[in-house]
Amino acid sequence: MQSALTQRLRIPNFYWLAAIGAIISAAGTLAAFYMEHHGHQVTGMNNQVFWGLPHVFAIFLIVGASGVLNVASIGTVFGKKVYKPRGPLSGLLAITMLAAGLFVIMLDLGRADRLIVAMTHVNWTSVFGWNMVLYPVFFGLVGLYVWLLLDRKMYAYSKAAGTAAFIWRLVMTTGTGSIFGFVVARQAYNSAIIAPMFIIMSFAWGLAMFLIFQAAMYKWEGSQLDEEIRQRLNKLLGTFVAAVAYFVVVYHLTNLYYAKQTAFETFILVSGGIYPQLFWGGFVVVGTILPLLFVFVPALRSMASSSVLASIFTILGGLAFLYVFIIGGQAYPLEMFPGMEVKSSFFDGVVDPYVPSLPEFLLSIGGFGLFFLLSLIVVQILPFMPQDDMAQLRASGALHD
Amino acid sequence: MSEPQDRIENKSRRSFVGAAAVAGASAGVAALAPGLKLIEVAGAAPRAPGEPASSAVRWGMLIDTTKCASGCDACVKACATENGINETVKDPRQGSQWIRKIDLKDPKTGQEYSLPMLCQHCEHPPCVDVCPTGASMKRADGIVLVDRHICIGCRYCMMACPYKARSLVHMPLTEQNPLVPRGQGCVEACTFCVQRVDRGQQPACVEACPEKAMLFGNLNDPNSEIAQRVAKEKTTQVRADLKLNLGVRYQGI
Repeated sequence: MQSALTQRLRIPNFYWLAAIGAIISAAGTLAAFYMEHHGHQVTGMNNQVFWGLPHVFAIFLIVGASGVLNVASIGTVFGKKVYKPRGPLSGLLAITMLAAGLFVIMLDLGRADRLIVAMTHVNWTSVFGWNMVLYPVFFGLVGLYVWLLLDRKMYAYSKAAGTAAFIWRLVMTTGTGSIFGFVVARQAYNSAIIAPMFIIMSFAWGLAMFLIFQAAMYKWEGSQLDEEIRQRLNKLLGTFVAAVAYFVVVYHLTNLYYAKQTAFETFILVSGGIYPQLFWGGFVVVGTILPLLFVFVPALRSMASSSVLASIFTILGGLAFLYVFIIGGQAYPLEMFPGMEVKSSFFDGVVDPYVPSLPEFLLSIGGFGLFFLLSLIVVQILPFMPQDDMAQLRASGALHD
Repeated sequence: MSEPQDRIENKSRRSFVGAAAVAGASAGVAALAPGLKLIEVAGAAPRAPGEPASSAVRWGMLIDTTKCASGCDACVKACATENGINETVKDPRQGSQWIRKIDLKDPKTGQEYSLPMLCQHCEHPPCVDVCPTGASMKRADGIVLVDRHICIGCRYCMMACPYKARSLVHMPLTEQNPLVPRGQGCVEACTFCVQRVDRGQQPACVEACPEKAMLFGNLNDPNSEIAQRVAKEKTTQVRADLKLNLGVRYQGI
């Protein structure tokens, strides 16, 4: 049985591109050292908003890492032939995105030097504790899966590994969503819908990252992705973006109707300044409406850049959503005494005016830099460039199955 | 419960009483001076070094908000002194507050309340559930603590705490109290002054309260004043809807 159709890529200006990725990653690393040395006082974070911009980027990358594997899963688990040559790249990007996300979140710890402690002292009632198993197993399973996809002799076993990785990533993102879903203390979280919402978000954000990186690879190769395949992947992105919008609507309706968190919802959707602005402008307009237009409006979707633009908008919308969700959720004060006016020296009852600092921003962006750098190096030295056998796809009708 | 030590203002005398209490641990009653006897301060004998905390004890606090004056922060100052919370912070939002005063106003009635808010030492603490390394832990006697050796500073416990009772140390620290280790990048909160309680003393905030609005003791001991008052009088648990069975109870709100 043949392996997934891929070939090695010669990236023009590889060293320049690698240098850009390295500089961005290094800036993030240095920012983390600066934070480590001086403490979190050099960040905009405080004792009310203690998960700041790095968490937004880290969780985006970690959630997206699970979703980017979708492309491989559709090929292997669900047997769609158009996706099969993209399986190895999909697996690779899942590994590099997760590594980048963990890079950001680990370096933002108050005691980043205690990574070994985190790995050797595990509290099994903690969703964070589960991550000590979820992430390493994900790396292992996806690494194995990519190897089986690329190795002609071992390809027959790839379906089993791909299925295991598919199930595992659903478990992993359920865990990421549950980090918030199980938080009973706060109005923004404590909802069972958050885990499935994160899963569908992972589909959209991961595919968006995949489409951008794939487009870059075609550009580096000097070739062009077949238009029918491009449109098919675009439609999938559009479907995911619409599904994300549906889940977000249900999440807010749940808060409004079932949980009666009306004061919080008013804050996050109407009166909360930056948060409603980012929600409506960032998530709804940029992150939902624009991608849908670029995917479904004929005049726009026929543009060669429509996939990349739709993907960029999806990513920006995802980051905007997470900013509102994570930071807005903390900035809104805890309701310990419902119906009472509250004030204290610790800013109880007050919306926190969090503004991220430069080191936080550099660490956050450093995650994207590391993702780019790692992915770039691997696709330069190993065969990850998808090769579509268009004649066979057309002849077998697999292009539209 | 005997006349508590919080009436004794003299520091050296207080040390002597603590030492005497340790000496008299086995008997439970220590003769300090003619006519003055110290019965175990908070309802349980001081613990000998190496002796584990006992689940027979559940330390708790009862706060009478009707006695707590707005603007009085004697408890906050005593906590800072006892626990070495003395660092200079540029942004007060980044400073540690193990205990803080909260002023409440009911907009419908105009009624005002003032109360100290601290770690509520829950029986089912969400911070302990979510801590990835087990650094957040509950002692057998109900005191919720952070093991500074294995806290990685992830702040998930802060996310989980419904009371904003935990703080991350945002800066390097110096001049710490040797009995109260703290550290940059670790999360911390009220310990019920565990170093004092283990010596048979009361938490610093309780001792410092000029109105005696704070009562500390063993909720499991039916003879203790706190257990009797909690049994007889109307008390409130903050966010009782979460059913965390708090160690800190309030009266008057």
